[in-house]
Amino acid sequence: MGHEHKLEIFRGLLKFKSNTQKIWGVLIFLSIVTAIEVALGIIKPEFLTKKYFLGMKLLNWIFIILTLVKAYYIAWDFMHLRDEKSSLRRAIVWTPIFLVSYLIFILLFEADYIYNVFKDGFLAWDF
Amino acid sequence: MDTTVTTGTEDGVWGGGNQPLGASYGKMMMWFFIVSDALTFSGFLVAYGFSRFKFIETWPIADEVFTHVPFFHGNYPMYYVAFMTFILIMSSVTMVLAVDAGHNRKQSKVILYMFLTIIGGAIFVGSQAWEWATFIKGDYGALETKGGRILQFVNAETGKRAALADFSQTLPEDRVQHQGYNGIWYQNEGSRTSYSLNEVVEGFKSSPNILIRTETINEEGEKTLLTRQESLAKLNEAVYVVEGANLIRNEYGSRLFADFFFFITGFHGFHVFSGVVINVIIFFNVIIGTYEKRGHYEMVEKVGLYWHFVDLVWVFVFTFFYLV
Repeated sequence: MGHEHKLEIFRGLLKFKSNTQKIWGVLIFLSIVTAIEVALGIIKPEFLTKKYFLGMKLLNWIFIILTLVKAYYIAWDFMHLRDEKSSLRRAIVWTPIFLVSYLIFILLFEADYIYNVFKDGFLAWDF
Repeated sequence: MDTTVTTGTEDGVWGGGNQPLGASYGKMMMWFFIVSDALTFSGFLVAYGFSRFKFIETWPIADEVFTHVPFFHGNYPMYYVAFMTFILIMSSVTMVLAVDAGHNRKQSKVILYMFLTIIGGAIFVGSQAWEWATFIKGDYGALETKGGRILQFVNAETGKRAALADFSQTLPEDRVQHQGYNGIWYQNEGSRTSYSLNEVVEGFKSSPNILIRTETINEEGEKTLLTRQESLAKLNEAVYVVEGANLIRNEYGSRLFADFFFFITGFHGFHVFSGVVINVIIFFNVIIGTYEKRGHYEMVEKVGLYWHFVDLVWVFVFTFFYLV
């Protein structure tokens, strides 16, 4: 097949000798990230659950960012997007990102609006 | 002959010989499918977010729902789901190794790694079935009010959740399950709960150490605990006993919670299941040497893409269902 593999992750910080080694390296990285997520989820440190950023707990922001990091490495190294042409990569990645961001924006705003109607409107639902 | 098809132009730009994205037709189509399927899953997860933001103050806390590990009793929030995540990532790794072995044309290695991938997928699907069974069975039981809100019980002395069986009385009352053949035609009730509403209410009144916990989340991020006085008042609003979960009501809280749980993890589980089936087909194709004859193992790569996608979706489901 003669496929070329790019064998470095973290922008060249970590270089691997073979594709197999890179796969195990990425596995270790993903496992560490998952372990951090689970540990944070069980401990729930107070300085992260008390602070809010854009209406969401700091802890939840950390979870979402770590998830995106994991998604990046699964797509780039396991689905080998890293080795594809950049035009293919961009078509695959940016299309959903654009559409989903729009969907998230519109639905969460609407949900917040309904929350306020339930809360302040003359509507009983918690009985 | 006039009708002879010429094949000489296939390599030309207008003959379709051009591959601007450097990917074969099959791989392109797999990516098309993955992108559209990703949008479907995003739709589900955003709908979940919508319902959750709508009921942000009363949504169930996942740590208190998913606390079980097979063969162990006790309260272990999230350990099992973390294990499932690890299994799926691990099977993703064996899948990449199979793809890599395919590039190097090592048939026996492809077979081994495909086999391990299938095992990982089977463990995951099994775990999810167990998770569903536990979720449907429930463990504490609760009451539902007229407005469809869930009331749970807490032992005031230990501060732990109290199950219905801990305090309900057994009263000398008897009610026959309403079945389709008596009464209104073909209308029957679902399975009866282990205690009637009356038995739970009477049991609550005679055990002063039991308190009611409402769905509302307080500033500490915990469910609101009522005082004994408030609990007794709240008890009058109860109309149903709820044990476990179904598509109508569940003992964990908001009705939508169980619906989304069944729908999203079910849809994902179905993807894993079909992924395992496709992997098995390719596994046998590798064994009988189909790709050896074809000269390349691109099929393994395409199936691999699908398998990693299933893993990718799980990473998001894990975050939004169990962590956030």
